[in-house]
Amino acid sequence: MRYVAIFILSMIFWLLVTFRFTPANLAAGAAASLLTSAIFGRYYFHNVGKFLQPRRWFWFIVYLITFLWACLKANLDVAYRVLHPAMPIRPGIVKVRTTLKSDFARTLLANSITMTPGTITVDIVGDDMYIHWIYIRSEDPAVYTAMITGRFEDYIKKFAE
Amino acid sequence: MNEMAAIVLISVGVLFNLFGCIGLIRLPDIYNRLQAATKCVTLGCCSILLGVMVHFGLGSAGFRALIAIPVLFFTATVAAHALVRGAYHFGTKMDKKSVKDDYRETVK
Repeated sequence: MRYVAIFILSMIFWLLVTFRFTPANLAAGAAASLLTSAIFGRYYFHNVGKFLQPRRWFWFIVYLITFLWACLKANLDVAYRVLHPAMPIRPGIVKVRTTLKSDFARTLLANSITMTPGTITVDIVGDDMYIHWIYIRSEDPAVYTAMITGRFEDYIKKFAE
Repeated sequence: MNEMAAIVLISVGVLFNLFGCIGLIRLPDIYNRLQAATKCVTLGCCSILLGVMVHFGLGSAGFRALIAIPVLFFTATVAAHALVRGAYHFGTKMDKKSVKDDYRETVK
């Protein structure tokens, strides 16, 4: 089942990228997708049935909108710090505990954190994420954990776990 | 109208890329520089790609530009993560302005 899912996804990707529907192109895409699913299929999601639950898609869209908004804010924030004559930065690496369990959800959370205001994920060790922050706003672990992972963690838990 | 929107999107993209480049020069150490490099440059490129999509419409080129956006997001974040982690393990010092480093005990 997993192999079928990754085959369909890579086929869609191929068709969107090449955007030609001749038989030769379809055959080439099918061959490439088969190879991809044969090699990477076993690293894929364990429960493909999750794709078919509308509730997860709803939370995914909510997440996407929040993410794009945060991403836009991140850019304005970094642009402000870069252009400000005094360069108001207060960088450091903080430790944040995550409650997400699956690898896929953690990858998504780490990527979201990297794209949001002033933070880059450095490493994940066990349940701890190490985050480089360009302007540390608080010294209290509970406060900065909420600031960094915040809403993303809830949404990702709802659609990816 | 479409032409106008495409020009605006591409200009915004180039502007953000410029901010990213200024950040690369002005910020003090590799960790902060990567912040500018990932955020501004990714959004800048996405904006340019959106502009391309608006200019060409939803045809072959438009779809390719649209597909490039998520690919760019994933690769840029993974690359930034790998560079930061690599720099830390290599022993690159953080700038003097840094106030906190929780990662040090874990690495040793």
